[in-house]
Amino acid sequence: MAFQSMEEIMQQCKNKQISFAEAIIQDDCQDRNVTSEETRARMYQIWDAMLLASATYEKNLHSKSGLVGGDGGKMEKYCMEQESLCGSFMGSVITQALQMGESNACMKRIVAAPTAGSCGVLPAVLIPYFKSSGCSIDLILDALFVSAGIGQVIAERAFISGAAGGCQAEVGSASAMAAGAMAAVKGGSPDQISHAAAIALKNMLGLVCDPVAGLVEVPCVKRNVAGAVNAMASADMALAGIKSAIPADQVIDAMREVGEKMDVSLRETGRGGLANTPIGQKEAKHIRSLEVH
Amino acid sequence: MNIYDILGPVMVGPSSSHTAGAVRIGRITQKLLAGIPAHAEITLHGSFAATGVGHGTDKALLAGLLGMEPDDIRIPDSEELAEKKGMKYHFHTKNIRGAHPNTALLQVKGQDGKELKIQASSLGGGRIMVNYIDDIRVDFTGEQPTLIVHNHDEPGHVAEVSKVLFQSGINIATMALNRSSRGGRAVLVTETDTDIPHSVVEHLRTCTGILKVTCINLGEDF
Repeated sequence: MAFQSMEEIMQQCKNKQISFAEAIIQDDCQDRNVTSEETRARMYQIWDAMLLASATYEKNLHSKSGLVGGDGGKMEKYCMEQESLCGSFMGSVITQALQMGESNACMKRIVAAPTAGSCGVLPAVLIPYFKSSGCSIDLILDALFVSAGIGQVIAERAFISGAAGGCQAEVGSASAMAAGAMAAVKGGSPDQISHAAAIALKNMLGLVCDPVAGLVEVPCVKRNVAGAVNAMASADMALAGIKSAIPADQVIDAMREVGEKMDVSLRETGRGGLANTPIGQKEAKHIRSLEVH
Repeated sequence: MNIYDILGPVMVGPSSSHTAGAVRIGRITQKLLAGIPAHAEITLHGSFAATGVGHGTDKALLAGLLGMEPDDIRIPDSEELAEKKGMKYHFHTKNIRGAHPNTALLQVKGQDGKELKIQASSLGGGRIMVNYIDDIRVDFTGEQPTLIVHNHDEPGHVAEVSKVLFQSGINIATMALNRSSRGGRAVLVTETDTDIPHSVVEHLRTCTGILKVTCINLGEDF
């Protein structure tokens, strides 16, 4: 039985004197009737799939529509040739988010986290950290459990699909999950993890799902970058001791309210927002000409 | 939702509903046919028809018919693989009345000439539902072991199925019976907690009045 609130998770951590990750692991063991070794082994497969997806990025690949592809390669080259404005670590985060989003659009294998459209956010923060810090895989697995626990609460209290709640529910949720994960790898307390997630999600409230031609390409790929960069900043704020004035559960409830009020044209239908711009419409018309007849 | 519904599935992009779900629709059709079709007529409805090519829905359905799972990296090459395997196919688009926005209708013919018609929808997150088999409403997900029995609409077949499952120690989770018309053809869909032994399928195939028996066990390969 999934946790219904972040508060419940934090209470569990306090009562049992366990970490955030351990609370999620124990809950999963009970829910699916597995041992903690079994669930760690399965989470390792998820991590392995993320690493493999990252390693097999192809910078010359373009999506069928031609709208996305190659930007991950451009960003990587730029970061190698000069010091990016965001610095080298954040440069890797941006590069990784673009590459994973493009791989998804180009029909490569990815891990939905929580969705395929937002699959770049979590690996974008975890993979560069794993590579540059030399931390243990166990620490990364714990961070993945933390992120899954946050995602589960969001799915229980609100939604994690663009069709239901706009992009805030996809990239926003992914960003909250990634912020919590990064707070965890840096040794943040359950409280700090919760604040990191709350801050990240607050910053994404109201984000609409307006994909050009209804495809997971524009603006989805670059929004993965926004989600990842926001997650890093939110985790740093929480680790500095900054608190979210609104607790995580109430932020999630607000996200639900905002999603429910969002017009249907802005919820993955490809009819409003960027999809409804002159260029968005022109691209949609072109793509329709490629469709089956 | 368990934590691996949040982190996962591991899948070929770009969309869990339009790609991963479409692979599963093809795969379940292939399982029900018990082999790669020689011929497939595939009709796309709603959002599948409108944005299918951009999402690779067409390639995903073919990949499933070839026996692939949603994480198979050969999915983008399924058209060439279909040609190699000698699977002929055509795509159509049509508005299917009352169908879920992400729906496909697959009319397939096996190597042995056996025919099957499946209408299924992709519900989101890679989950699917088979809505019709041979025009009879069934509504099952394939997430549990499932036994599908086609029979003449006459007394005794439900009893026979429940008896043979009981004798094999299989617990029934759900059971649903639908028919084309009184005295016509009926389809009984039974979901169970554990895999269905082949002996059950073999026994039912010998019963008079039972026209066709198929089963989907978890992780079982055809």
